[in-house]
Amino acid sequence: MSQNLVVPTMAEMMARGETPEVLFWVGCSGSFDDRAKKITKAFVKILNKANVSFAVLGTEEGCTGDPAKRAGNEFAFQMQAMMNIQVLDGYEVKKIVTACPHCFNTLKNEYPDLGGKYEVVHHTEFLKSLLDDGRLTIEGGQFKGKRITFHDPCYLGRANQVYEAPRQLIEKLDAELVEMKRSRANGFCCGAGGAQLFKEPEHGDKEVHVERTEEAIGTNAEIIAAGCPFCNTMLTDGVKFKEKESQVKVLDVAELIANAEDL
Amino acid sequence: MQYLGQVLFLLLLVAGFGFFIKNIKKLIRNIKLGRDINRSDNPKERWRNMIRVALGQSKMVKRPIPAILHIFVYAGFVIINIEMLEIIVDGLFGTHRAFKFLGGTYDVLIGIFEILAFLVIFGVVVFWIRRNIIKLKRFNQPEMEGWAKRDANNIIYIESVLMCFFLIMNAADYYLQTQNYGHYVQAGSFPISGFIAPLFEGMNNETVAFVDRFAWWAHIIGVMFFMNYLYYSKHLHIFLAFPNTYFANLKPQGEFNNLESVKNEVKLMMDPNADPFAAPAEAQGEPEKFGAQDVMDLNWVQLLNAYSCTECGRCTSSCPQNTTGKKLSPRKIMMSTRDRLEDVSKILDANGGKFVDDGKTLLNDYITAEELWACNTCNACVEECPIDISPLSIIMDMRRFLVMEQSAAPIELNNMMQNIENNGAPWQYNQMDRLNWKDEN
Repeated sequence: MSQNLVVPTMAEMMARGETPEVLFWVGCSGSFDDRAKKITKAFVKILNKANVSFAVLGTEEGCTGDPAKRAGNEFAFQMQAMMNIQVLDGYEVKKIVTACPHCFNTLKNEYPDLGGKYEVVHHTEFLKSLLDDGRLTIEGGQFKGKRITFHDPCYLGRANQVYEAPRQLIEKLDAELVEMKRSRANGFCCGAGGAQLFKEPEHGDKEVHVERTEEAIGTNAEIIAAGCPFCNTMLTDGVKFKEKESQVKVLDVAELIANAEDL
Repeated sequence: MQYLGQVLFLLLLVAGFGFFIKNIKKLIRNIKLGRDINRSDNPKERWRNMIRVALGQSKMVKRPIPAILHIFVYAGFVIINIEMLEIIVDGLFGTHRAFKFLGGTYDVLIGIFEILAFLVIFGVVVFWIRRNIIKLKRFNQPEMEGWAKRDANNIIYIESVLMCFFLIMNAADYYLQTQNYGHYVQAGSFPISGFIAPLFEGMNNETVAFVDRFAWWAHIIGVMFFMNYLYYSKHLHIFLAFPNTYFANLKPQGEFNNLESVKNEVKLMMDPNADPFAAPAEAQGEPEKFGAQDVMDLNWVQLLNAYSCTECGRCTSSCPQNTTGKKLSPRKIMMSTRDRLEDVSKILDANGGKFVDDGKTLLNDYITAEELWACNTCNACVEECPIDISPLSIIMDMRRFLVMEQSAAPIELNNMMQNIENNGAPWQYNQMDRLNWKDEN
């Protein structure tokens, strides 16, 4: 199936004298993590189906610096930012879409002050706009009537007030969207943010991702929808820990749409 | 002799306000110990934020029960203070109920004050029950032991005693009005103290007049005491909530500031024409530390935050790390910052305004690295704070110090950061493999 993926790079596009509508910022997770790569591919399939002219930076992309910044390493962050800005500006990038809320937040909020000014959208917002413009149609397919709960990524929700786009996409699947008690602005972290994904947790009673997964399972949802590769990892681990893999799946919103369309 | 009361009253006011102003000056001096940060932009939006969040208490409604009780106490505090005007006029000029010439309006005002006083008592009684009988978790966490707990209860006791004196004063007054005693002419309406007045039945009028005067003096002395208690208490929020929301961060919560001191160095590193052997520019005093080790390394808004915090614990009760049993508590971050700032203040007082190193710093002696490294930077605490305090910004500045000045990050984080610097990803993958996913199945 992968043969069908059309993934041009900015370099190729430029050589052909073309300018894509949008740059897809894949991110480190989306490039290297086995689970997150599936999200990347699902999103590309949708872009291909909707005939969106896009490109990736490929080997010219580097970490946005988000985990370094949250860990306190401002040097490493700013070095990454300046290098990425040079590349992005070299290609005269105007608009960026990314499936990672951490990249999204950093590119959108922290790059402008360093000279990198772009229109940055999260992939759920981008998909929503494709839908609104009639460039994409979503049929419920296999998710019709299924109970789906959406976990708000902190850096998408509280940090940037994007609450509705992912929910509207899920509702388009004719699924039954059920909310956890702590949702939207009250959303409870998956436990990965602030560079926690990369280290062992401090001593305590419980792990954050287990607490959140229990809450999600408590809604009796069959699917926990996420919009962030880090949240996806944490919640998947949580479901495994609770030994509920057979009952509950953790899927990205892009995967839901791609699967519904049998892409 | 007839002016003795007035003179005593004047002395009370001068002492009360004098001491209060002295402490406010100290408060401002301490806040100014912080680094500069520009929060003078966008005044319109800042006023709007203050009116919505501090005056309108828009972030309190999230938890409806304490929100309603808090509105009682808040409205009571603000509106009953109008009565303070009359008390001051009466005290200074030896009049009795100087504003009674307002007639019907006066009756309505006194009636409203009474109802509010009753609601304040009701509110604080429920607050006391929530803290001491129901023992709500957020009021009984480790950082609330000792002074913090006593402070909270003291405020409840003082407020109820003040309101009781206010109502007893009115009750005695009202009783004497019905007796046509002396200068107690009919003025005001007494929907609450009207129920207390019958208790004076059978006492002689002189005794009741003494009760009235006693309650009147006790009330104003209590008010002066309470005003001066504030500086030593978490209750400062009744004033500081306003500047705190005005100077709050208006940018998206996810946007963390880019350190200026780092910007220059990075620019130099990126500049192909930079001369690595050039003589460094003339050093301008001691170079600024990266991040924060002590309260003087924080900015003044963060220090204002520390004084504004009323220790309600909404932040801590929403913190994913604290609710799963970790040591990190955003409320404690604010309390520790204030504790350290107060200790620094005492050092300044003892040394004629000069800071003398006491061998302690905010980092390690007040806030431990374990607390700092637990944070998810999820902004739940910031979202939750009813007056826009950001414990997260302090945590971040202290992490920056740990990493950039002390290289003291947990080893796994050091590996992650090294990977980013070496191969542009937090894991050890070759940058040239970034697009491999395209051709994988």
